[in-house]
Amino acid sequence: MLGKLTWAAIPFDQPIPLVTGAIVLVAILAVLAWVIIAGHLPYLWREWITSVDHKRIGVMYTLLASVMLLRGFSDAIMMRAQQAVAFHSQGYLPPEHYNQIFSAHGTIMIFFVAMPFVIGLMNLVVPLQLGVRDVAFPTLNSVGFWLTATGALLVNISLVVGEFARTGWLPYPPLSELTYSPGVGVDYYLWSLEISGVGTLVAGINLVTTVLKLRTKGMSYLRMPMFCWTTLASNLLIIAAFPILTATLAMLILDRYFGFHFFTNEAGGNVMMFMNLIWAWGHPEVYILVLPAFGIFSEVVSTFSGKPLFGYRSMVLATMAICIISFMVWLHHFFTMGAGPNVNAIFGIASMIIAVPTGVKIYNWLFTMYGGRIRFATPMMWSIGFMVTFILGGLTGVLVAVPPADFLLHNSMFLIAHFHNVIIGGVLFGAFAGYTYWFPKAFGFRLHEGWGKAAFWLWLVGFYVAFMPLYAVGFLGMTRRMQHYDVSEWRPWLLVAGVGAIIILAGIICQIVQLATSIRHREELRDVTGDPWDGRSLEWATASPPPVFNFAVMPDVEGEDAYWSIKLRAREQGLSREPDYKDIEMPRNSPTGFVCAFFATIMGFALIWHIWWMVVLGGIGAFATFVVFAWRDHDEYVIPAAEVARIDRLNREARRASLAGSAP
Amino acid sequence: MTDAALYRQGDPRLLGGRPHEGPASKRITTGYGFWIFLLSDIVMFSCFFAAYAVLLGQTADGPKGAELFDLKSVAAETALLLLSSFTCGLAMIAADVRNALWYQIGMAVTCLLGLGFLALEFREFAELVSRGAGPTRSAFLSAFFTLVGCHGAHVSAGILWLLTMMAQVFAKGFRADIMRRLLCFALFWHALDIIWVAIFSVVYLLGSAA
Amino acid sequence: MSDQHLHHTVDLAPGDEEEGRIGPRLLGYCVGFALAILLTATSFFIAGTDLVWQPSIPVAIIVLAIAQMGVHLVFFIHITTDPDNTNNILALAFGLLIVFLVVAGSLWIMANLNQNMPPMDQIMRMQR
Repeated sequence: MLGKLTWAAIPFDQPIPLVTGAIVLVAILAVLAWVIIAGHLPYLWREWITSVDHKRIGVMYTLLASVMLLRGFSDAIMMRAQQAVAFHSQGYLPPEHYNQIFSAHGTIMIFFVAMPFVIGLMNLVVPLQLGVRDVAFPTLNSVGFWLTATGALLVNISLVVGEFARTGWLPYPPLSELTYSPGVGVDYYLWSLEISGVGTLVAGINLVTTVLKLRTKGMSYLRMPMFCWTTLASNLLIIAAFPILTATLAMLILDRYFGFHFFTNEAGGNVMMFMNLIWAWGHPEVYILVLPAFGIFSEVVSTFSGKPLFGYRSMVLATMAICIISFMVWLHHFFTMGAGPNVNAIFGIASMIIAVPTGVKIYNWLFTMYGGRIRFATPMMWSIGFMVTFILGGLTGVLVAVPPADFLLHNSMFLIAHFHNVIIGGVLFGAFAGYTYWFPKAFGFRLHEGWGKAAFWLWLVGFYVAFMPLYAVGFLGMTRRMQHYDVSEWRPWLLVAGVGAIIILAGIICQIVQLATSIRHREELRDVTGDPWDGRSLEWATASPPPVFNFAVMPDVEGEDAYWSIKLRAREQGLSREPDYKDIEMPRNSPTGFVCAFFATIMGFALIWHIWWMVVLGGIGAFATFVVFAWRDHDEYVIPAAEVARIDRLNREARRASLAGSAP
Repeated sequence: MTDAALYRQGDPRLLGGRPHEGPASKRITTGYGFWIFLLSDIVMFSCFFAAYAVLLGQTADGPKGAELFDLKSVAAETALLLLSSFTCGLAMIAADVRNALWYQIGMAVTCLLGLGFLALEFREFAELVSRGAGPTRSAFLSAFFTLVGCHGAHVSAGILWLLTMMAQVFAKGFRADIMRRLLCFALFWHALDIIWVAIFSVVYLLGSAA
Repeated sequence: MSDQHLHHTVDLAPGDEEEGRIGPRLLGYCVGFALAILLTATSFFIAGTDLVWQPSIPVAIIVLAIAQMGVHLVFFIHITTDPDNTNNILALAFGLLIVFLVVAGSLWIMANLNQNMPPMDQIMRMQR
């Protein structure tokens, strides 16, 4: 009846997941109960869960990422703790448990922290920067978010029902084949990523179409903010790369479920083909993550230096060059698998070449800062921290791009240090910069600056204390994913790394306190005008938070830094005449995304546990959802001109007041 | 200086040669979004093609392609699918001139041809399995069944979509949003035929000639 | 012609054609269909015949396949070199680039890997 699912799936004999699961379950139920009893459910359903507004969806993506950051970081603390104590000892985590932890850590951090964070920020900001009312396909946007949430949910369910994969965050065969991973762990991984992969692809299509087809009048390609260019490049990569992930994981699913022989050791399967294909996705994936971060830095550096971005066209070229070259380097993830010197040399050279456009970007940011009046607000601190840290990580990357060096360093702790260096220093610092920078736009009040700076310094110091020792210990010969070790030279370094993790924990606590404090003091931190940072691009022309329609009248853009020229003119000549308000049509909210994801969760869970009748029901439900959505007659609603005028006049008043109050 | 004047001056910072008029129409936006979805689908198929090419020789002492492929059946499938692409195009013309009768006829014929294709393919697969040449026999056969089967799954999904579009036009007429969906459906159906060209050429014809 | 471009929409949806009259459109589909049948028949013929120099058969089949894909793109999907279609062609070119990199790259890499590190059952066979 219930396939492979039995009571034995619940880890009654493992205290850590059992207790954690119980605590989380109680917390979730408590929150749900509070929401329902306090009467917030209709509001939540109407304004958030069924919302197709890109701003709301962007916030939800970012919220998902932040919550999953806590889960992924808990895994990290557990690993650091294990490696700090497991010298001549088994530590406190048995191997079968430890292996699931590092697998879950990587999977969650890449797919459910980094991806949703950057996609969330792109969703929130890009339509505002382009001067339009929403993304190209608003309901599809909602579907994409909820499918991503489904993937995250399935991974987390694996903690308390069944187990997770023990293969690492990329499930290499033959370990991931049924023979050597007979449990449900790998299946949880596979279905979670296949489902959320659909969500990501959908987001990619949405954002590419938005950037290419929906820009306000006058905003030609070379007048777009840099963040929109990096959004374009990153989402082109999503469209190109995620099908590869889908296909490769599908082949593994076919092997596991139907006895196919793509990657088996017998009947002609080719284990190495999995590595080849998965990294053909995997390398573009890291550029999908880092390109939006580069875009965020372009915005932040330019705003807080008070200057336009230096070398805009070379930045565009560099971004598109990175986009294309990122598809030509993937073999550097398996130099040691044996393709031979010729193949290794070509990919090694390409991997070094790709560092060049990134270098161009760094120089452009530095030249943007040079001669500017720099304000060291928290987003700018994250940017400067990024520049130092990412350069270091990039250099170690060029080091391992040399095949002979990589033969020594592959899968050592040096590699771990390198990729955390670039992902934390690049992607995460960028995400935090963007979060701090655009938080006032999303919510109408700024984040507390003091706690923000504290969080930054603790993260920065903590990162170096946690990861520089890993470079050393990698040179000393330590490999990755070790559950215990006996080499005494490594111990001091790993202890220091453990301390670093605790410092980062302090940084995260500061961020949580920052959020709580900011909410409590939101009136003092209120962003009245909508332009708290003296910004240069169009999102700062709207109120904070913007009305659902973003712009009462879509702006007519005349140059780069579209909002800056508007602002200068307003400072000299006062606000322009009140525009001619018209009715605005906006897309209706829809439960399609949530309902679709609900059926996807059921299907995913049923596929994992081989509950075939449930799979069929889930599939029928998902198809029915599509048909019901396709059948609706009213997909838009009208906001009358009078209402548009009323809302916009409030914003104009606030801006007029700030112009009058500010000294020229 | 206005945009038009800047363009006349040949300002190199303005790509494309014309001032940007504003957001594109819904039809263009929808069509373009679906077009890049199709490209992503083609990338996915290319992975299966790559896997097939890599595993071509891995027959595990089992049957090779040349021993298994029935080119007459393949020719019939090709003819059916190609004809269905043609009738799909005719149905689209009928839709554009708002002729409901010819639209439904065109779509119905397309559906039958597509179902004929699927029937032949299903028969081929069943026969191979009964001969012990199913996908679990060897890596080559796994790759073959997956590649050709994935295409068949897309055709099946397309048939479901086709029937939905017939029902939508029947119930609601040629409304603007339904016309956009028809545009996407036509792109999908033609793309499936393009992929079939690759399949019958690379898998069946090259496989038999070898 | 250039006057038209100043006034009408900036570009076409992929799949749409500028031509509005039924006659030429029907003709377009018929021509495309006929060409496709011709190319298909030629492919099947070449695959089975002895009349052609054998080593050229794979190349011929691939060339015919590419030609037929082109016929589909032009006559059924209405991709043209018109400036209105530029965005659509750029997207197609990007997709084709990725397909080429993935397929050619994988074939090259796997050929080298299989040579130096053969899969297990081939090693077993060599040891027998």
